[in-house]
Amino acid sequence: MYKTHIANLTYDFKTLRNLMAKASPSRSGDYLAGVAADNNLERVAAQLVLAEVPLKQFLNEALVPYEQDEVTRLIIDEHDSIAFALVSHLTVGDFRNWLLSEHATTNILTAIAPGLTPEMVAAVSKLMRIQDLILVAKKCRVITRFRGTIGLENRLSTRLQPNHPADNPAGVAASLLDGLLYGCGDAVIGINPASDNVEATLRLLHMLNDVIERYQIPTQSCVLAHVTTTLKAIEHGAPVDLVFQSIAGTQKANDSFGINLKLLQEAHSAALELGRGTLGDNCMYFETGQGSALSANAHEGLDQQTCEVRAYAIARKFKPLLVNTVVGFIGPEYLYNGKQIIRAGLEDHFCGKLMGLPMGCDVCYTNHAEADQDDMDMLLTSFAVAGGTFIMGIPGADDIMLNYQSTSFHDALYVRQVLGLRPAPEFEQWLQQHQIFNADHQLFQQPDVPALFKPAIQKLK
Amino acid sequence: MSNNNETEISLDPWHSLSQFTSARIALGRTGISLPTRACLDFQLAHALARDAVHIPLDFTRLEQQLNLLGYQTQILQSQAETQSIYLQRPDLGRLLSASAVDGLQNTAPIQADVVVVVADGLSSKAIARHVEPFLSLLLPQLQANGYRIPPVCLVKHGRVAIGDAIAEYYTARLCIILIGERPGLSSPDSMGIYYTYQAKSGISTDADRNCISNIHNNGLSYEQALKKLLFLINKSEKLKFSGVNLKDETTDTELDNQQQANFLLD
Repeated sequence: MYKTHIANLTYDFKTLRNLMAKASPSRSGDYLAGVAADNNLERVAAQLVLAEVPLKQFLNEALVPYEQDEVTRLIIDEHDSIAFALVSHLTVGDFRNWLLSEHATTNILTAIAPGLTPEMVAAVSKLMRIQDLILVAKKCRVITRFRGTIGLENRLSTRLQPNHPADNPAGVAASLLDGLLYGCGDAVIGINPASDNVEATLRLLHMLNDVIERYQIPTQSCVLAHVTTTLKAIEHGAPVDLVFQSIAGTQKANDSFGINLKLLQEAHSAALELGRGTLGDNCMYFETGQGSALSANAHEGLDQQTCEVRAYAIARKFKPLLVNTVVGFIGPEYLYNGKQIIRAGLEDHFCGKLMGLPMGCDVCYTNHAEADQDDMDMLLTSFAVAGGTFIMGIPGADDIMLNYQSTSFHDALYVRQVLGLRPAPEFEQWLQQHQIFNADHQLFQQPDVPALFKPAIQKLK
Repeated sequence: MSNNNETEISLDPWHSLSQFTSARIALGRTGISLPTRACLDFQLAHALARDAVHIPLDFTRLEQQLNLLGYQTQILQSQAETQSIYLQRPDLGRLLSASAVDGLQNTAPIQADVVVVVADGLSSKAIARHVEPFLSLLLPQLQANGYRIPPVCLVKHGRVAIGDAIAEYYTARLCIILIGERPGLSSPDSMGIYYTYQAKSGISTDADRNCISNIHNNGLSYEQALKKLLFLINKSEKLKFSGVNLKDETTDTELDNQQQANFLLD
């Protein structure tokens, strides 16, 4: 079925899973897994064959067997055939044409999202250039709410990430205040705890809650501990705004993370019950990243990009406030260099948005990858042009706990200035009220700390 | 470039916060961008961290240091023969080389309770700096528990899961691996500890392990790390498992009032 004859060679890709892997743009993780195309010609041959595959075929041929994988069961059992109807007659290649056409408006893309499976979305992304990924993603609009409104047009939110290697409260507070004074933190103030310790998690949760209440900041907090730790914190009565969890695209990979759908359901219900959102009840925060399933030796023969998009099916089920692809964190075994990281980040954003998710991107790299600040500027700028929902904000781009480089508070200001993007409206109002931003949405030029935080700083002198 | 002439720069009047963190805060700005000096400081740190990944660990020196403390050691190699292969083939870094397997099989079989494995990982600096002082605290504690411990295994180009095969060889219940973490800009010498109860090669996953990370001068102290590790060991001996369902519930008595203080809230 998946055969072609090209340049005097015959290619027979046998299965849809294999065809998808061979059609994937080149990246180190797929070579590591042994699923990548052997050469450029084989890759294009696979793309030509994939373009002729009807979207409906993805409902008939599961890439990971239904019986053995709960992610496949979720995808198939919760597929919305009515939403799918509008595009159900298309092949993957025609679907690309349709997405780029004027017929695919924002409203129509929103309407078909529940009818698209991760595999359909991953397939079409493999036929798209970077400008295609940007153009279509920009047409998608996904709006979520907790204490602010995330994802409005011409807005770009930031997660303030004030990590400290020993979870020291004053150390966290110093980075937190630095970020607020640079206008960061409307998506979430989210700390990665140095250790997955219940007591440390409780302490950080209370601290963030107290800061948000004391200074009346229209944002939400999150301590990115394992979901079971957060559940324990909720049992202890902790003020949990968002429940965090890393997720992956196969049941086996999620097993290695110590999670399953039932556990996520339990956590989602517990957070909903707390009812801490004032504007909405999107109370989950998920992180993903290409290569995580292979890293756990749980990729089930899939290419890493398809695996990644399957994780979005899990995210979608729980109506998250935020989904973050931590694209360059995993290391060069999976995404070798700046070129691979940039493409992967934009693929993830496109695929997530098309499925109806509030996609952010941790524009990042590690020191053992072949990447640098120039690569990050390219991804950051392209991501924001594509209408990305949020980025990270870290002092000087240097995360002193997780030991990698992401985007800085300055980076957020840069991309907002060149593209005319603004923070979430509620947070923006707070910034203006406290003279952190001026009426033109720029940082105030002033020699002194804004009055709201002056007492806190003065004590130190 | 002189600091005096940087008239375009807006300084951040909250420098005093730098006493609480080594994070790059209060950098100031020119327009909304990083001032030249902060920009170049970053490039310098990146250059150092990039190079740190490729500095090989001096295994002979580490072996001598541990022998001087009275601890036996053995040097093993993963199937990743070079650092370049190690970076691109995590699968090979999890497997013992044929010569390492032979080496283990040629030593007298010892029934052990705990294996202690040291791997260079992504930062030889971390291992060179922290292993000797940390093991000089840890090993006496393990001995005091009455644990039988085979020679400390020093593994070239090893990943975390390589400890599983070593634990299995010694039929050890407990597997402790110290490994050089990915070098950060501000901490190119960070060490991590992974702990696995009843490690099984090819079967144990990350969900079966507990991790204690960020052991370095500006991060977790040796004493704090040791306390966490001993807690995990003792609790896992009762529960008969490690991993995500074994929670670190140590309380930070070291955090005195001053360290608990938070200028934003007090």
